[in-house]
Amino acid sequence: MLSYALRRLISLALSLAVASLAIFLVVEVAPGDPAGFMLGTGAQPDTVAALRAELGLDQPKLERYLSWAGGMLSGDFGTSYTYRTPVAGMVADRLWVSLPLALYALALSTLLAFPAGLYAAARRGRAGDVAVMGATQLGIAVPNFWFAMLLVLLFSINLGWFSAGGFPGWSDPLAAIKALTLPAFALALPQAAILARVLRSSLIDVLGEDFIRTARAKGLTRFQALWRHGVRNALIPVLTIVGLQFSFLLAGAIIIEQVFFLPGLGRLIFQAISQRDLIVVESVVMLLVFAVILVTFLTDLAYAWVDPRLRRRR
Amino acid sequence: MRSRILTPAFVLCALPAVAQETGLTLAIQLEPPHLDPTSAAAGAIDSVLYANVFEGLTRFASDGSIEPALAESWEVSEDGTTYTFALREGVTFHDGSAFDAEDVKFTLDRARGEDSTNAQKVLFEGIEEVAVVDPQTVEITLAEPDGALPFNLAWGDAVIVAPESAEDIKSAPVGTGPFVFDEWVQGDRIELARYGDYWGEAPALETATFRFISDPTAAFAAMMAGDIDVFSNFPAPENLPQFENDPRFQVIMGSSEGETILAMNNAEPPLDDVLVRQAIAHAIDREAIIDGAMYGIGTPIGTHFAPHHPDYVDLLGLSAHDQERARTLLAEAGLSEGLRLSLKLPPPPYARRGGEIVAAQLREIGIETEIVNLEWAQWLEEVFRGQDFDLTIVSHTEPMDIGIYARPDYYFQYASPAFQQIMATLKATTDPEERSELLAEAQTTIAEDYVNGYLFQLAWPTVAAAGIEGLWANQPTQANPLADVRWTE
Repeated sequence: MLSYALRRLISLALSLAVASLAIFLVVEVAPGDPAGFMLGTGAQPDTVAALRAELGLDQPKLERYLSWAGGMLSGDFGTSYTYRTPVAGMVADRLWVSLPLALYALALSTLLAFPAGLYAAARRGRAGDVAVMGATQLGIAVPNFWFAMLLVLLFSINLGWFSAGGFPGWSDPLAAIKALTLPAFALALPQAAILARVLRSSLIDVLGEDFIRTARAKGLTRFQALWRHGVRNALIPVLTIVGLQFSFLLAGAIIIEQVFFLPGLGRLIFQAISQRDLIVVESVVMLLVFAVILVTFLTDLAYAWVDPRLRRRR
Repeated sequence: MRSRILTPAFVLCALPAVAQETGLTLAIQLEPPHLDPTSAAAGAIDSVLYANVFEGLTRFASDGSIEPALAESWEVSEDGTTYTFALREGVTFHDGSAFDAEDVKFTLDRARGEDSTNAQKVLFEGIEEVAVVDPQTVEITLAEPDGALPFNLAWGDAVIVAPESAEDIKSAPVGTGPFVFDEWVQGDRIELARYGDYWGEAPALETATFRFISDPTAAFAAMMAGDIDVFSNFPAPENLPQFENDPRFQVIMGSSEGETILAMNNAEPPLDDVLVRQAIAHAIDREAIIDGAMYGIGTPIGTHFAPHHPDYVDLLGLSAHDQERARTLLAEAGLSEGLRLSLKLPPPPYARRGGEIVAAQLREIGIETEIVNLEWAQWLEEVFRGQDFDLTIVSHTEPMDIGIYARPDYYFQYASPAFQQIMATLKATTDPEERSELLAEAQTTIAEDYVNGYLFQLAWPTVAAAGIEGLWANQPTQANPLADVRWTE
């Protein structure tokens, strides 16, 4: 298990190095000068030059890459061009919204998907299965931003139970969780639908295996066999999906954060791109890449834990 | 009207509104990048801070006129080159330090200095020297007479900052205004609180919260749910009738300083030919653009000047919608067929939606356009600085900016010595009547030269809860001054 983890760790570090170079190059190639953007249409060329110098944009590209990448190794993500505050602090502030939101949504989608998937697999081909599968089809088809608007329309405008958006901060945890509830539901619904379908088909595959027949022959009911012997064996594809979903929930909440005007990572990167706050874009994208790679790494470890065969080198 | 289900939870939520009388939550579309109005062009900075936290020597009144602010009065020398400002007494910055002539000198020298990052440095170009006569008197010497100095000093880029605090105002603004900066939760809100030692009349509001919502649907929902009391420049014009018909809300339809134009590259063929530009001007149906792109809000303009300004001249007749005439003009220019032009569009809906309509209207007279959608940063680099375009649609939101037509290197590259002469004369003229005449002449000249297609003045719709008064309707500069805002019920 240890050497497996080590091999995975080396590939993780390599991926990060390659990603940092790719991100830097792509962002730097995109047209649009941050200083020019900040000063707008009334500025004179010497003012733009003064600001470029102040921001360090007149330095050669290689030097800027090295200082950025080197800084990140020691946890220094640089200073935002527009906000003029350290990027690390800004990202940390935003993570306090995005991370709980992603976890909340992930928990909701898992809570919704497991019973639905188990139920559908157990009732395969019968009315209950058809109903659940129909519902998940709908859940996948509905775009989450549109579902978010429906939630706002019902719970904020008509019922007045939730505010339509914004985030009060964690000083009042209950209010904070309340503010994240509608966005988390909007994010969770399509994920839950996908997860439920994957779980169902994975379980159905497992149900055809010999060991399930043996379990049934021992006298277990269909559901007992499913629960005791099926679920664990069906977990691999489900874990893959959950891992992918977490990265998606963290990075993919951009639109939902706009709809609910939440001060999360998605909104930060959205603003940073339009303002050409290159260093923020680079650092946030790098962080998301890191999160994806890390989650993949953890998922790999989880596979190995669930399925000992994977620990051996092929 | 949608039915409202009254539940106990809703009733509970509605109760605190009574205690809310001295607080206000105001939404604007964009979040300020930082909080220093003197070193960025972002209008959002002024939207939050102008006349609330920061004040200048002079300031814009809601009708666009210039009134005294930190300067109580001023005198101009006989030759028009020396302005003597008498400063208000008993003014303090929010950190407790006193405001005096040294602060004015510091501010102006900082703005026009060598390494200044002031986005409107050109406002201070004519200043030769700023001298402190005594703590309450400042003397500004100009290189040549400039009747527009009090106007220039009213801009958000000219607000007074103190040497003790200027270093940190990007995150901790310290001004002299009626509200103190309290907190900025980035991405979410900025909070202001009433300043107890304000020199003027104390504002009715105790606290004000600015929120940032750019998504039109989210804006609608936040307003409807009562999360927001005021939305300045409401982003969903299609929903305005619904608010107008709802007794809980009021819609204030104001005008901005944004002349929205179909800018043309006057330096490159074929648009260097006035006949082609005139043909395009006649091809445009302004009403169709306003209806189609702006849901009917906006005032047609015939020149680059705000129609609510007293000196505006109605020149719509010069470029009336006339396809027959447009085709004749194109034929006269020898380009009746096969003309293809690029139309580069920045992100705002007026440009993206308006661009589609303009393209269709140009097709009617036989001009094909190739639409290219650009992000703002790209637009600035490619169109504005690179001058690589044929046509673009953009709203010029600076107040009184007809002077840009006197700059031959400005992106649409209009080089007319006659127009430049008019602007030079205007600058040296202080007599109001003569100034009006010169401004009329300037407007007529650019309309007759068909420099750009003049489309419409951008409207500024504000949606507010019914019980609020004292909001600015028009936007002589981008701002939401809250000193006179109050709840009436």
